[in-house]
Amino acid sequence: MTTTTSTHLTTETITEHHHPHPDHRILGLYMFLIAEGMIFVGLFVAYFTFRAVAPGMQGELPKLELMLPGINTIILVSSSFVMNRGQLAIKKNDTKGLQFWFGLTALMGATFLAGQLYEYFHLEFGLKSSLFASTFYVLTGFHGLHVCFGLILTLAVLWRSRSADHYNEHSHFGVEAAEIYWHFVDVIWIVLFILLYLF
Amino acid sequence: MTTLTQISNDTTPSGGDRPKPEWRKYFGFSHDHKVIGIQYLVTSFFFYLIGGGLAAAVRTELATPASDFVSPELYNSLFTLHGTVMIFLWIVPSTAGFINYLVPLMIGARDMAFPRLNAVAFWMLPPSGLLLMSSFFVGPASAGWTSYPPLSTMGPVAGELIWILSVLLLGTSSILGAINFIVTIWKMRVPQMGWNDMPLFCWASLATGILALVSTPVLAGALILLSFDLVVGTSFFNPTGGGDPIVYQHMFWFYSHPAVYIMILPVFGMISDIIPVHSRKAIFGYRAIAYSSIAICFLGLIVWAHHMFTSGTPPWLRMFFMFATMVIAVPTGIKVFSWVATMWGGKIQLNSAMLFAMGFVSMFVIGGISGVMLAAVPFDIHVHDTYFVVAHFHYVLFGGSVFGLYSGMYHWFPKITGRMLNEKLGKIHFALNFIGFNLTFLPMHKLGLDGMNRRIAEYDPKYATINMICSIGTLLLAVSTVPFLINAVRSWFWGDRAPANPWNGLTLEWTVSSPPPVENFAVDPIPACHPYAYGKRPASMVTSPPPTPIST
Repeated sequence: MTTTTSTHLTTETITEHHHPHPDHRILGLYMFLIAEGMIFVGLFVAYFTFRAVAPGMQGELPKLELMLPGINTIILVSSSFVMNRGQLAIKKNDTKGLQFWFGLTALMGATFLAGQLYEYFHLEFGLKSSLFASTFYVLTGFHGLHVCFGLILTLAVLWRSRSADHYNEHSHFGVEAAEIYWHFVDVIWIVLFILLYLF
Repeated sequence: MTTLTQISNDTTPSGGDRPKPEWRKYFGFSHDHKVIGIQYLVTSFFFYLIGGGLAAAVRTELATPASDFVSPELYNSLFTLHGTVMIFLWIVPSTAGFINYLVPLMIGARDMAFPRLNAVAFWMLPPSGLLLMSSFFVGPASAGWTSYPPLSTMGPVAGELIWILSVLLLGTSSILGAINFIVTIWKMRVPQMGWNDMPLFCWASLATGILALVSTPVLAGALILLSFDLVVGTSFFNPTGGGDPIVYQHMFWFYSHPAVYIMILPVFGMISDIIPVHSRKAIFGYRAIAYSSIAICFLGLIVWAHHMFTSGTPPWLRMFFMFATMVIAVPTGIKVFSWVATMWGGKIQLNSAMLFAMGFVSMFVIGGISGVMLAAVPFDIHVHDTYFVVAHFHYVLFGGSVFGLYSGMYHWFPKITGRMLNEKLGKIHFALNFIGFNLTFLPMHKLGLDGMNRRIAEYDPKYATINMICSIGTLLLAVSTVPFLINAVRSWFWGDRAPANPWNGLTLEWTVSSPPPVENFAVDPIPACHPYAYGKRPASMVTSPPPTPIST
């Protein structure tokens, strides 16, 4: 009861003296992801052009092992669905559910990164071996940085969710933002995987 | 109305920075869009002076055919940094300053959509500018503002890397700004203001935001690859290692051609708002001007390879880019004709703002026409990399953008500072600027047609006379800044108090006091009429004084 009164009071003060600022953060995030996406589009098109015209990328390209990256892809793609369960949980005010599903997502994300690092150390080419090698490392590395950032966002949500009622069914922008970002990173990986490993 | 807003302003708590002295907020992390707008404008003008100093050094070197003022290496760095500073630290951020200051006021909002992000975007600017300047201590980048590999990866590594980092930071700032502009214009308008009731400056800002959002990241991608080539020694753009330098050019121009529109579209918008006010006449073809901004935005994204006609671009691709480039002249021409038609038969006030606006239209037309000339492949191949190109883009970016920015400064200075500028000094500024500009850049057309290559410290003595004329023009340009600086500083502190609506404008920013109070509007304003309804306003208009014509 006290909480309701105090919230009521603050809202009143806000409308009287300081106008409430409209919340467009989700839309802003989408705008940011358009920009992020355009960096990847630029790099993907550069890769295509290298494949088409660059002297260093004609003929046989190095054969990439598919087993580990395939498993990695399955882990990352399914983590998107896992994360979504967390968001559904908080919409029912279920903080425990949020923590469980986001924790699992973080674990899957970390597994993906570990798998990627394992792959880096066991490939027979290095960053400067060939144009293909450089492109491979820069593209997957740049994506890996984004997975790292998504992981940090997920962990931040977990950290914040420890205080009671930080996220609830009405206010959970952080949860949504982390999820949208994670889906974005996921979609980029699918394109990247098709381009570099299958195409 | 005005008094009401001021009274409510005094009782409004504005975060924790109320007790601080007024001037200190301009050096802090303020969230107020008006403070950030002024921060952008003042910072970018500071960098304009630095860029101007670099230009003066370049023209001093070119006053005589021999390379006698600075070493050829330093000359390369001078024009590289001149271009970079003028584009990334002057024109782009100063338009961002105007957008920040004006858009929320024009659409009846209390601030931008993301005030904190706005402050973050601004505060990336001074460090990256200082970072760029610091490269003078290690040997600055010298591959031109285009930084084409393999040239850029063959020079001094430290200077080039600093250049890359600085441009990446400025690009990030520009992207964050663009996110704010788009969401603000899209979502923060007062409910009564439909898309077609927005001032044209908002349309132009929206188009600018979209362009910056979509194209800047591709430059970031190119610069990331370039920095790998530079530092690690990969060969993305190095043909000897199997890479392809043309890919860099494509990625670079995918940003840098739209960048031209990022620099000119907001100025188009400002001019569209300034000309009707000082002509006392409704804008001619509101929708045509509004939608042509959007058309330029999309066409601007598909013309980049016209910078690369001599880079071994296949003929079919050249044809496409040639036609696409020429098509851009259509929406641009629509704007120019609309401005002229707005002035036609109007009661034109020949004050400094309008003089610069008219200077803008006439100079920009010259730059536009030489642009259409350059779009034609055979002609472009003939004058590629000559002073004709230099003349062309200075007519667009100086005769266009800078004249427009000055016009905006004279027009909105009373609103921003609450003080009137001195008209006499303004007219002296305009006259010196106009003569100096044409003296500097008009002869360069001839130099280019005669075959003088750009970006070289020495030249054939047969070009000496014209080059001397250009250098004298530059001196005049440098001098022309003095009356403006005196005027701005003196008026800001001791000028006449500006009324809320000195020009009798109809857009919403003129309905609040000068300078506007924190949070702009005490109550959501209701636009009483279309922003350009000069001479056809309904009687219900109460929020601003009636539009009495100034002239008799």
